[in-house]
Amino acid sequence: MSETPILRLSNINTHYGQIHILQDVSLEVYSGELVCLLGGNASGKSTTLKTILGIVKPTSGTIEFRGEPVQQRPTSYRIERGMAVVPENRRIFGSMTVEENLEMGAYLRNDRDGIKEDFERVLKLFPRLKERLHQLGGTLSGGEQQMLAMGRALISRPHLLLMDEPSMGLAPILVEQNFEIIQQINQQGTTIFMVEQNANMALSIGTRGYVLQTGRVVLTDQAKNLLHDEQLRKAYLGR
Amino acid sequence: MDAFLAQLPQQIINGLTLGAVYALIALGYSMVYGVLQMLNFAHGDVYMIGAFIGYGVMVALIPEGAPLITPVFIIILMLLVAMLGCGLLGVAIEQFAYRPLRNSPRLAPLISALGVSFFLQNAVQLTLTAEFRNYQTELLIPPGAGFDFGDTRLPMTRALVIVITIILMIVLQYLVRRTKLGKAMRAVAIDREAAAMMGVDVDRVIIATFFIGSALAGAAGVLTGIVFTRVWHFMGFTAGLKGFTAAVVGGIGNIPGAMLGGFLLGMTESFAVGFISPTYRDVIAFVVLVIVLLVRPRGLLGARIPQKV
Ligand SMILES: Nc1ncnc2c1ncn2[C@@H]1O[C@H](COP(=O)(O)OP(=O)(O)O)[C@@H](O)[C@H]1O
Ligand SMILES: [Mg+2]
Repeated sequence: MSETPILRLSNINTHYGQIHILQDVSLEVYSGELVCLLGGNASGKSTTLKTILGIVKPTSGTIEFRGEPVQQRPTSYRIERGMAVVPENRRIFGSMTVEENLEMGAYLRNDRDGIKEDFERVLKLFPRLKERLHQLGGTLSGGEQQMLAMGRALISRPHLLLMDEPSMGLAPILVEQNFEIIQQINQQGTTIFMVEQNANMALSIGTRGYVLQTGRVVLTDQAKNLLHDEQLRKAYLGR
Repeated sequence: MDAFLAQLPQQIINGLTLGAVYALIALGYSMVYGVLQMLNFAHGDVYMIGAFIGYGVMVALIPEGAPLITPVFIIILMLLVAMLGCGLLGVAIEQFAYRPLRNSPRLAPLISALGVSFFLQNAVQLTLTAEFRNYQTELLIPPGAGFDFGDTRLPMTRALVIVITIILMIVLQYLVRRTKLGKAMRAVAIDREAAAMMGVDVDRVIIATFFIGSALAGAAGVLTGIVFTRVWHFMGFTAGLKGFTAAVVGGIGNIPGAMLGGFLLGMTESFAVGFISPTYRDVIAFVVLVIVLLVRPRGLLGARIPQKV
């Protein structure tokens, strides 16, 4: 591929104190793709996402977002330039209403009309949220909170949607619905970078995948190839 | 019994006045705790500085025992300058004393806060001596002014304190509930990292919180001076403790809770002074604290909605 990727990590190293977590991680996400980052528990998936967002700063390496190096930029800058995130465990603002949670997703925007339009769009995608607009976020069920977390991220019309284990803690039937919605969002043109432990599900809707093991990218391929890669199952996911 | 009923309205007025001051101090404690989970024990001294800034403005504008401009404007200026000064002071304290310790063990900023507290008290004592200063309230508000309700009298000074406090609370409530900054403050209080993930500049929100909380303490200092007249460098100690108590009673981190806790504390104290004995005035606050915490460990309004995972 010769076009510039929306996101490119080159030789990223990230430490927590003395502990070396991400080791020379390089990856790309191109426009329109749904890229999965797979890996077992504590392999560094969330750290990768937080490094992309600027919540943690890498000790070396570059992060290019829409053609511009952003590794020195604060999180707010990256959000403004078009990242949005569905964090691990959703992180809904429990004592704020559903509406206020969605407004937080549009925090850096000032175009009233545009925001209103995007509210409509998101509420159409998640009608359940519309019924509960004035309810506190913390009173929603797990599935509804997942919708809220996605709605909150989508309200900004992101160039790149980052998701950290969107299926975690959901009942199996909800997991399936959730992945269908993610696929739908991607097919409607949103580029997605998704962290998942649930490799089968993720790869079944993904374009490409990277496999992370103790902070290193050990395998990368088209999703459909990884899906049938026996070595991947045995070695890295244990399932 | 008749004596009690006859005194009741007067004690309510006293309680509201005292409660207004405590509530304004409690708000700053609670707001800062909300966003940083730290107790800003220098807050009472910011209140003291506010009282002295107000005093300074008053002295400047009443040089020869005669006000240079209309007294109403003097009062407004005293409040505004004290609020601005204390707001900036609060921001400076955060910047120099707390921010460098943001990732240290929780005890470190607490000790730093006590250091700031001693510093402010000593700075005032060294520059202005330890003497009491008196607000010349009688030159601003005629001593006889007030409202009569039957046998009960609401002096103008107390009415002023109550009204200004209520106005400040309404403005604060609007700011926190309706504005973008207010929503960001709440989001940071609930989950700092998640707020950052929405693009909130957390440092700026913390600065704004210190500014607003300290400005309210500054207003409380001026109002105290206007109604009780006497100010000195150590006045922030007891007031700070009571503001802190009020914040905890209301549920620390909770804004309506701080208002409720302040008024509750003021009312209880005034009743205790009026009906039992003035000797116990400072003990009452802590009796209230213990009782409330025994019944509701999180404070009156401190119940948090559990975060479902
Ligand atoms: N804030 C932190 N401080 C220190 N170590 C951390 C922190 N967050 C994560 N880690 C460690 O970094 C490693 C990778 O964590 P993480 O990126 O959360 O993994 P994953 O999301 O793949 O489960 C783990 O060993 C974890 O214990
Ligand atoms: Mg994780």
